[in-house]
Amino acid sequence: MSRGLPFPLLSAGLLAMWLLLNQTVAIGHILLGTVLALGIPWSMRAARPSKTQLRRPGAIIRLFLVALVDITRSNVAVAWIILRPGQRRGTSGFVDIPLELRNPYGLAMLACIITSTPGTLWVGFDSNTGVVTVHILDLIDERTWFDIIKGRYERLLLEIFE
Amino acid sequence: MTANVLLGSLTLAQILMTLAMACATFRMLHGPRAQDRVLGLDTLYVNAILLLLIFGIRSDSTVYFEAALVIAVLGFVATAALAKFLMRGEVIE
Amino acid sequence: MTFATELPTWTALLIAALVLLGAGLAFTGSLGLLRFNRFYERVHAPTLATTLGAGCVLIASMIFFSVLQTRPVVHEILIAIFLTLTTPVTLMLLVRAALFRDRVENKPCNEVETCAVPAAKNRPRSGRLAPSQAEPMKPLTHHPDHGDKRDHR
Repeated sequence: MSRGLPFPLLSAGLLAMWLLLNQTVAIGHILLGTVLALGIPWSMRAARPSKTQLRRPGAIIRLFLVALVDITRSNVAVAWIILRPGQRRGTSGFVDIPLELRNPYGLAMLACIITSTPGTLWVGFDSNTGVVTVHILDLIDERTWFDIIKGRYERLLLEIFE
Repeated sequence: MTANVLLGSLTLAQILMTLAMACATFRMLHGPRAQDRVLGLDTLYVNAILLLLIFGIRSDSTVYFEAALVIAVLGFVATAALAKFLMRGEVIE
Repeated sequence: MTFATELPTWTALLIAALVLLGAGLAFTGSLGLLRFNRFYERVHAPTLATTLGAGCVLIASMIFFSVLQTRPVVHEILIAIFLTLTTPVTLMLLVRAALFRDRVENKPCNEVETCAVPAAKNRPRSGRLAPSQAEPMKPLTHHPDHGDKRDHR
């Protein structure tokens, strides 16, 4: 974390994006991409993004796989709800879940995962009480969703961020 | 034989995407509320991205990829701006 | 259409299956926009197209161009990353805007933070005004959102 390279992950991501966009690994593009990868974080430092420490790469990979499997499964479930013949009864509703996670990056990641999963939607987070409101399409048992979000995602995110 | 299977499924996929865009357009034009229209527009963008990618496979050209990327970027900005407008613009008028 | 003959059989079949699956999922998602009756249910539908639907089509496109050009073509990953990052943001913004609008129409209140979320509890049934007291938030409670089928604009 030196002055020249304040955000190594962001810089690496920008360089990778530049090379992917140009579909090349030519030396000129690597140089140009490096200039961008160093210059953009440098010009954005006025926004003062708070730094965070990522721990446990194993937990990150596990979180990614768990989210992938869950997204695939709920894709099938929601597709079935839509294609199922007959008038569907209203089982959707809001659920409030208290969280222990306070890291803003962790919360942002949880919001992305929950909203990306078909059938669940992040509605809002109260930073005073730490209660997140989630809208769920097929709400039959609240306890199941409570366990999924608390037990499956929050535990992994706490391992990664705190 | 396999070539025909591929061509047939590409055609079918294009028809499906067109129908999907029709559904999104209906929701965009019919409402009933402004947020439904914005949601329809957002879905229309995503479907257009996928349709362009399928066009790209069919015509063996990567030009469509650039168009899809531009639609993705513009669609995000447009939806974010419209959602902001729903919150700030129309309510307070 | 010369490309189709250059492809190995397994690749052609795999691409055909992936493209069909992706398009089918995207169509199902858009159909959900028509089939669901309430806005908060409709919001769930497009995520089918943006997650697995887009994923399948993008992987098909990656396999297709990589095999035809005999070099790895992975720039489709950019669209995948972009969709993954932006869709949650747009949907969350849209839902918050919808909650805000519902709340403003049902009961006037100036502070977004205190009212935006509990407003979901006081949604009226088709135009009838709901009692406007905001309940304190209880963990793990279930608020069924009753229909907004008939309210316009």
